[in-house]
Amino acid sequence: MKWISDQRLDHLRTIVADPDFSSTKYTLIKELARGGMGTVYLAKDVELDRQVAIKVLNIADVNDDTRRRMIREARIIARLEHPGIVPVHDVGTLPDDRVFYAMKFVRGSRLDEYIAENPPLRDRLRKFQAACDAVAFAHAHNVIHRDLKPQNIMTGSFGEVLVLDWGIAKILSERVTDASEADTLRLSPNTKNNADEFGDTVHGTIIGTRRYMSPEQARGEVKQLDARSDVYSLGSVFYFLLTDRAPAESDGESTVSPKSLNPKITKAADAVCRKAMSLNPANRYSTAAELSADIGRLLDAEPVSAYRENVFEKAGRWVGKNRFLLLLVLAYLLMRIFFIFTSRR
Amino acid sequence: MDPDTDIGGAHHKFPLTNQSAIVAVRSSDTHVRQRAFDTILASYWKPAYKHIRLKWHATNEDAKDLTQEFFATAFEKDYFAGYDSKKASFQTFLRTCLDGFVANQRKAETRLKRGGGAQHFALDFVGAEDEMVLHSATPNLSPEDYFHQEWVRSLFALAVDTLRVRMTESGRTTHFQLFESYDLNEDGSTARISYKALADRFGLDLTTVNNYLAATRREFRKIVLEKLSEITATEEEFRTEARSLLGIDLK
Repeated sequence: MKWISDQRLDHLRTIVADPDFSSTKYTLIKELARGGMGTVYLAKDVELDRQVAIKVLNIADVNDDTRRRMIREARIIARLEHPGIVPVHDVGTLPDDRVFYAMKFVRGSRLDEYIAENPPLRDRLRKFQAACDAVAFAHAHNVIHRDLKPQNIMTGSFGEVLVLDWGIAKILSERVTDASEADTLRLSPNTKNNADEFGDTVHGTIIGTRRYMSPEQARGEVKQLDARSDVYSLGSVFYFLLTDRAPAESDGESTVSPKSLNPKITKAADAVCRKAMSLNPANRYSTAAELSADIGRLLDAEPVSAYRENVFEKAGRWVGKNRFLLLLVLAYLLMRIFFIFTSRR
Repeated sequence: MDPDTDIGGAHHKFPLTNQSAIVAVRSSDTHVRQRAFDTILASYWKPAYKHIRLKWHATNEDAKDLTQEFFATAFEKDYFAGYDSKKASFQTFLRTCLDGFVANQRKAETRLKRGGGAQHFALDFVGAEDEMVLHSATPNLSPEDYFHQEWVRSLFALAVDTLRVRMTESGRTTHFQLFESYDLNEDGSTARISYKALADRFGLDLTTVNNYLAATRREFRKIVLEKLSEITATEEEFRTEARSLLGIDLK
């Protein structure tokens, strides 16, 4: 038995762990990210001469259950054909039984990286609304994401916004014949529990990422999760966009008002965020589409459903919205007064 | 067929085709037990020897005796049959047993020199000692981490040996030679030989080199996972050890 150096050992480990694409039309370029169940690689589609991102099941995790989950994940994404959701191009199995699926390689930055560039609030709102629209599309197709966070939202070089990582998404209307089919389970790095990450998602199991997770999801109430759980997570992302910091983990207390951390934001924006992050799901927006509509109203300086304005605020918003018209009227009145005054003399 | 598993054809559970030695070591059949024990011994004797040398500051002669005695006692007294996968990995269990054994021997200071009917294993202690002298342990590495590191090294070395045998037996000697030249090259240089140079050296075309290497790596991957499945008791333990073995941790 010949001794193997550390350097060679690392190389041999790579040989075993890296996917063998030799039977496919892809060639491996480099590893992009690792998740609970799979690793995402940058690869080249040799036939079409383009780069793709390929998620491959980890070799250590290959079994019938994980294979089924990966295929299911690919199918969920494939059914969600929307500009805000990364399209799946291909799905297949490698010679070592690892399931993979190829998807569009998105060039750009994650929302948390985008925020580091300190973009104006209006741009942040537009990006956030685009993310809400993608999630709203999924909700309309009875799919909830369950792991929405800035790290799973990409902003592309040409203004596009894409919601990624549907690995723990759940189909709400799916007839439950097998618990493992109904619920996909994968712990995120920040998740603090010891649940078996490939076991069935039973009631009481915590999945997702704590800081952006709804209270009911944090309590492991899997059966209670619906679109409003995603709305809470979107509210947490909105909180991050308004304050540049992630919300504290939900401990049954209401979240700190974003306005208390960033006085520059309007009461309406603050109210939208707090409504989305209500502890009681009944007090939240019912779907991401409703939240998106309120974000649109914020962008258009219209009254939002989450906040009842007083007369002065209404007037102030009207003035803000119509200041050019107001200036014109004022200029006209001043001219009239000047004309009247000069004609009398 | 399950509609969710029909992509790519029917599949079996991978790669647990070999029976786990950890399970087989409990067998009432002496031959099955002996084979299982040999599998465990092959994977663990070297990490055990090095662990005794490093953690217990034993001389090489003492470490040799203790390693022999530990495995002989383990076989006689069915140490490994008491393993419970719910409590710890087999690797941790074996290391704990080993530490307990050495501590007891040290306490008694009356270590019985085994002979006569005691089982004696043919182990290459000289080779293990040379490895320790030539490649000393990284400073600040805990005995536990060192044991794990040496266990990984031992498992990969065993896999390479098995690969060599399989490829030779199946008439694919050139495949293994290519693998040895490209993937096992230990000449100390960081720059690896190119496929083109390999093609020239072996008188093959580039595509053939590529295909041969891919096939050999595929076989190597299979062997590594087979070896690992042999020395883990449950699928969960296999998965945990595989993640650790391959460095698949969340980034």
